[in-house]
Amino acid sequence: MAKRSAPEINAGSMADIAFLLLIFFLVTTTIDKDKGLVRQLPPPLDEEVVPPIIKEKNLFIVLVNANNDLLVENEPMELKDLRQAAIDFLDNGGIPSGQEGYCDFCQGSRSPSSSDNPDKAIISMSSARKTNYTTYIAVQNELGAAYNELRDRESERLYGWKYTEVKAAIDAGTYTGNEVKTKEKLKEVKTLIPFKLSEAEPKSN
Amino acid sequence: MSKFKKKKGGELPPVNTASLPDIVFMLLFFFMVATVLRKNDLKVLNQLPPADQVEKLDKQRTVFVYIGKPGPGYKGKSKEAIIQIGDRIVDVSEVKSAVLQEVSTKLNEGYQSSSIIALKIDENAEAGLVYDVKQELREANLPKIIFITTPSSAVE
Repeated sequence: MAKRSAPEINAGSMADIAFLLLIFFLVTTTIDKDKGLVRQLPPPLDEEVVPPIIKEKNLFIVLVNANNDLLVENEPMELKDLRQAAIDFLDNGGIPSGQEGYCDFCQGSRSPSSSDNPDKAIISMSSARKTNYTTYIAVQNELGAAYNELRDRESERLYGWKYTEVKAAIDAGTYTGNEVKTKEKLKEVKTLIPFKLSEAEPKSN
Repeated sequence: MSKFKKKKGGELPPVNTASLPDIVFMLLFFFMVATVLRKNDLKVLNQLPPADQVEKLDKQRTVFVYIGKPGPGYKGKSKEAIIQIGDRIVDVSEVKSAVLQEVSTKLNEGYQSSSIIALKIDENAEAGLVYDVKQELREANLPKIIFITTPSSAVE
């Protein structure tokens, strides 16, 4: 028997096959970048603790009904006006100058019938059980935006940069500069305008 | 003077393409590694609502909770919105134990104490159910939550 030499395999199409696979994985890859609204839940209910008494003027009540309509401080309101209304409430600074709790950085109308200072001001949101989740998120988004806008304004006044931008940069790990010191500053802005958004149990209708 | 005779005209030498497969393979391996085939099949519809005041999510310390109407992968009878944790469908009353179990099995030990619960909730869900789930998480002492949304303006 004559010795047969093994035929050489043509590797020219190897690149084509690899390209096919490459394109498949390129198409199926979704580099997930989940983003969302961060919220802190209150601690579990302790029945021995008596809830503190909150003055009515320090409460900003947002109600959403099952038809996704808004009732803000007993007035119907469009979603697009909610952000400004919340800012006006938080930024009011109702305590007159010289008294304890006076808000020296507030730029609001200083109406005595609205919130004392941003630290005292509480936004209370409550929805119906049948409220659409999209509306619920939209309201949460607008209320969060009110806090973010005020924090941006204050951080710009104190340090010359925007709170949300710097915080996003630190979270992403792309912040260049003294991270520890900046975090301290972020905390200060946070104490100036604390995020106080409470949620009541939804009503059944 | 044949010594200095040019061999042939000014033809360019052909480009060597032998390393092309190697380059392509390298890219291929990169994408194969980067691709995460969905670990838990979604059994619920999950179209997320829009919002723009968003923060990034730290995946390593996150447990996902999905809420939505039953999708094509769901075998049960329910027509109402259901809750999926991991690859299980759970009742509202089981959320607490299911989430705690996920936290202790899926997360690295270093991250368990600072875990975040990511809520991926369909835009047609009802706020009442969301509240119930939040109440469960509150009792489970997992106070940090994030509502995953799609990035765009919420006010149209």
